[in-house]
Amino acid sequence: MKYQPVIGLEVHVQLLTDSKIFCGCSTKFGSEPNTQTCPVCLGLPGALPVLNKKVVEFAIKAGLSTNCSITQRSIFARKNYFYPDLPKGYQISQFENPICQRGWLDIAVDGGELKRIGITRIHMEEDAGKLVHGELSGSSDGSGVDLNRACTPLLEVVSEPDLRSSDEAVIYLKRLHQIVTWLGICDGNMEEGSFRCDANVSVMPVGSDTLGTRAEIKNINSFKFVKQAIEYEIQRQIDQIEDGGKVVQETRLFDPNSGTTRSMRSKEEAHDYRYFPDPDLVPLVISDEWVERSRQALPELPEQRRQRFMDELGLPLYDAEVLTANRALADYFEAGIAAYSNAKAVANWIMGEITRALNDSGTAIEACPITPGELAALLKLIDNGTISGKMAKIVFDEMWCSGKTPQAIVEDKGLVQLSDSNAIENIIDEIMAANAGQVNEYRGGKEKVFGFFVGQVMKASRGRANPSVVNELLLDKLRG
Amino acid sequence: MRMTVTEVEYVARLARLELTPAEKELFAGQMGAILGYVEKLKGLDTEGITPTSHAVPMENSFREDVAFSSISLENALANAPDRAGSFFAVPKVIE
Repeated sequence: MKYQPVIGLEVHVQLLTDSKIFCGCSTKFGSEPNTQTCPVCLGLPGALPVLNKKVVEFAIKAGLSTNCSITQRSIFARKNYFYPDLPKGYQISQFENPICQRGWLDIAVDGGELKRIGITRIHMEEDAGKLVHGELSGSSDGSGVDLNRACTPLLEVVSEPDLRSSDEAVIYLKRLHQIVTWLGICDGNMEEGSFRCDANVSVMPVGSDTLGTRAEIKNINSFKFVKQAIEYEIQRQIDQIEDGGKVVQETRLFDPNSGTTRSMRSKEEAHDYRYFPDPDLVPLVISDEWVERSRQALPELPEQRRQRFMDELGLPLYDAEVLTANRALADYFEAGIAAYSNAKAVANWIMGEITRALNDSGTAIEACPITPGELAALLKLIDNGTISGKMAKIVFDEMWCSGKTPQAIVEDKGLVQLSDSNAIENIIDEIMAANAGQVNEYRGGKEKVFGFFVGQVMKASRGRANPSVVNELLLDKLRG
Repeated sequence: MRMTVTEVEYVARLARLELTPAEKELFAGQMGAILGYVEKLKGLDTEGITPTSHAVPMENSFREDVAFSSISLENALANAPDRAGSFFAVPKVIE
């Protein structure tokens, strides 16, 4: 039998605020354990949580950018369960009336076709603390709890079960990642857990319209693992059914070392969370004006910008996609074309030399040692014939290493292109005189020798001769 | 209206409470009485009334996103039954 996988993703997006969601403790990553806590995030009796306004603003931005409706009146709820990383015995989250509802994202699937993936809801919640095991915790027979992360603001973005393959899941996840980092509400660092994903996976016979029993896979912290975990889980469920068994509804943990998922028995019985409205937090009312203000303040989103690069600048889809991969790159490109109007040339250099150099040195575009203005200045030097495209690559490497302007490098190295006809003619004359045999071959109809002469001229000029002038003059002279 | 002992055991387990057989009997009656009282509210006509999620008629209480200095590590760990270095020490938890 053929099976159709059905996948929905729950993505946790850690928000880039300075302070936690319900208290003023810092959200800085990597500090000494338990040095960023207070009575609120430690869950001490009598402490009162107060909502960080920026979290609400970020949530509205995320909702508007994913075509959600913003809920006018939303409330916080307590999700009750016991775990050592949860000091209060409940997590403050949203259950009924989450802040964003019923949105969607379009993703490009096979062959560029657009597919709409529904977003059920986006809600705000606090993160739990972190558990450390083994030696790190300072005792080999116990675990350690670090509450620095407790109460850090998260958005949970829940998709509809609209995804049909591991590839679609990865494309959707990348799209969401692009949006939240573009908005500047999340740093997107998956290794540090700033953007993490749980996957709900089930399978059903092709043609059926009854969803199968799903398993929830936790602990997926890279795009590669999302694909691996989902593919493993699909096959596991199919094998189970084919062997006459049944898929049970459960939480499973992905193990990146083996690429497999395994049951998390301990969490099974805890699925009665007894949500109820948190009496410590008053309702959140978001006016139409507030939503409108946020809408006005939204940056141009990747999709819109990609379209504009195509419509207004005439870039091909591929270039527009690459250049809008992240906001800093798109900004770099736009600063470049502000100083040099040939958009395609700027695009080529950014996608070629700049990207190569960034990758080789492990540098982010934000820290690119060559400014967009300097790149534009380099392209102008090619345009006005000062240097050839080949020389430009040498200048580029020098700019990257030394931080000097292209003009300074061209002067220092005497790299100026030789376009003066007289000077080039002199070189050609000398070479023809020294290679009379080849001249006769050419004149005898062996045109392939032409390349030999070009090579000789370039060599004699140490690569500085303007290639098009060389071609023109050589042709002239060889024909006699 | 009485709660069953099974229901009492379920709620007790969720709350991590260990009850004696006598306590289970006692609470089955007491909690049943509480539920019975709350059940009376179902008889009220609440048509058109917004559900109350908060006892005080207030909304939108915010703080600005400004980080302040937290309490010291020593104070944070002061009430911990056990510690290991800078961590709260707990029995081994492995998933």
